[in-house]
Amino acid sequence: MKYDAQKFLVIKNEEIASGIFDMWVENRDISALAKPGQFAHILVPGKTLRRPISICDADKSCLRLVYQVKGEGTEILSKIKKGEKIDILAPLGRGFDIKKNKKYCFIGGGIGVPPMLYASKQTEKPVVITGFRNKDLVILQGDFRRDNCELYLTTDDGTLGRKAFVTDVLKEKLNEIDEVCACGPIPMLRAISQMCNENDIPCQISLEERMGCGIGACLVCACEVRRNDGTKDYVHVCKDGPVFDSKEVVF
Amino acid sequence: MADLSVNVAGVHFNSPLIAASGTFGFGHEYSEFFKLSELGGISCKGITLKKRLGNPPPRIAETPSGIINAVGLQNPGVDHFIEKDLPWLKEQGTVIIANIAGNTSEEYAMMADKLSETDVDMIELNISCPNVKSGGVQFGTSCESVGAITGLVRKHCTKPLVVKLSPNVTDIAEIAKSAEAAGADAISMINTLTGMRIDIETQRPIIRNNTGGLSGPAVFPVAVRMVWQVANAINIPIIGMGGISKWQDAVEMLMAGAAALQIGTCMFTDPYAPVKINAGISEYMDRKGIKSVSEITGSVSPW
Ligand SMILES: Cc1cc2nc3c(=O)[nH]c(=O)nc-3n(C[C@H](O)[C@H](O)[C@H](O)COP(=O)(O)OP(=O)(O)OC[C@H]3O[C@@H](n4cnc5c(N)ncnc54)[C@H](O)[C@@H]3O)c2cc1C
Ligand SMILES: Cc1cc2nc3c(=O)[nH]c(=O)nc-3n(C[C@H](O)[C@H](O)[C@H](O)COP(=O)(O)O)c2cc1C
Ligand code: FES
Repeated sequence: MKYDAQKFLVIKNEEIASGIFDMWVENRDISALAKPGQFAHILVPGKTLRRPISICDADKSCLRLVYQVKGEGTEILSKIKKGEKIDILAPLGRGFDIKKNKKYCFIGGGIGVPPMLYASKQTEKPVVITGFRNKDLVILQGDFRRDNCELYLTTDDGTLGRKAFVTDVLKEKLNEIDEVCACGPIPMLRAISQMCNENDIPCQISLEERMGCGIGACLVCACEVRRNDGTKDYVHVCKDGPVFDSKEVVF
Repeated sequence: MADLSVNVAGVHFNSPLIAASGTFGFGHEYSEFFKLSELGGISCKGITLKKRLGNPPPRIAETPSGIINAVGLQNPGVDHFIEKDLPWLKEQGTVIIANIAGNTSEEYAMMADKLSETDVDMIELNISCPNVKSGGVQFGTSCESVGAITGLVRKHCTKPLVVKLSPNVTDIAEIAKSAEAAGADAISMINTLTGMRIDIETQRPIIRNNTGGLSGPAVFPVAVRMVWQVANAINIPIIGMGGISKWQDAVEMLMAGAAALQIGTCMFTDPYAPVKINAGISEYMDRKGIKSVSEITGSVSPW
């Protein structure tokens, strides 16, 4: 089994920052299959389309999903109570390719921070840079803070942590790291990719696109890439991604 | 368990449910959920003579009880389909329908020639794609052009020929009659209704193509009405689709006059929809003592 749509029991669904919810859902068949950077496609009662949410963390029995209320779908999701069941199609997509003996830097911006948690847990001494607009949106600091993790917190307005962009911290760390994994807003990903390119550091980025099926059948979640021979092509975020080599992606 | 098989234009289907073109790719992804032989058939992603990249994203937006899409016929081209996708599809124990779209009538004819040489079971003429500038829908909106393209492809096509109609027309029954007169073996309907969504914060259409095609439960009553009107106007079978999402919808569409059905958008919501709809139709038939799906076709008694 690569993926399946099954019922999950909601263990927890709580607001952890302004408009951001931390949801734990249980299903033994599927949770154990999840790899870092993959996502879950959540059926929201009453909606035609499922909502894609990154896997923030996973163990043998549970998936952890951290999401921000944006529109009607995530609003309905935030009202679901502990003990209810929801239908989730997971694990989907190609996640981060993480090698054992490399020094990684994981960078998350805003609601792009959650998938970096499970990813950073795969390596020994990761550098983790998290960036937020302001202190009210800061999440998951306690979860990252563990042995051997070098954690940085930045806010755009300096209300918590360092007043800086994640790229300011990355710049200082460039000569210590072998590879970067990043998720967040496009301007942030563009800046990180450029910096990695200039310094010959491989960089994997996780992208978002509006989705239908979530598995590669309907072709709606297109992402423009440049092939080695210079030609343009469209690949699909749900199946070929959401994680891509930043060199391929046309921003 | 009731016998769900149907016959459309001489082709035997194990179930009246066929995956709708463009929602099911070339079958691989959904084969993770169920055996593709659960389906009566698969109408493959619309193919063109040459590879097409499709439209820039976003290509989809949600609507009340539906979606609009503008993929723009992204596909690897007919030769790639024949060499790479068809051999695997033919091993799945289900009817394989090639859905073709062209920029010109010559392109349709060339694709029909090529596909007639393969073991594809049926050809579905897509003259109703609303999301490409040239190709598709300009052939599908007048009786003259539908008659002309159907007649031309008929000459090049040795397979049973299905003509897929656009709902974005004034009188769909007249269009269906033209296709029948020009040699179509069956009609499939409806393709998507053109629609639009605007993001009120950015003042931009959500879909990059500005407009797209509406599908899903929102279009179901329109599709039922159109299938019923066309069923009353022609003598060839109809493959009915548009917004079917549960077994009750499937039975209703059959009653309106469809001999077989296609389903698409409902699988985005529930990938197991085909299995559930099959089971529902079967139980309904047992309960009503119906022996064959064809007894349901057109069985509505209008006032
Ligand atoms: C691979 C992937 C991983 C994601 N991971 C997370 C995550 O971990 N946490 C989180 O908070 N958000 C995540 N998102 C974004 C999240 O999917 C959207 O915020 C959410 O779908 C919005 O739904 P809505 O009903 O609240 O908003 P609406 O605007 O009402 O949604 C309407 C439609 O547009 C789609 N849509 C709107 N915004 C987006 C978007 N940014 N990306 C994709 N589809 C969108 C919705 O899915 C829905 O189909 C991820 C997106 C992708 C593609
Ligand atoms: C994402 C998407 C892509 C589609 N692509 C095609 C296509 O390539 N060729 C075609 O004839 N119809 C295409 N259609 C239309 C469907 O085959 C079908 O006519 C329509 O979606 C109505 O059925 P539904 O409501 O069950 O989805 C597409 C529909 C969707 C949603
Ligand atoms: S969402 Fe259907 S192909 Fe990606």
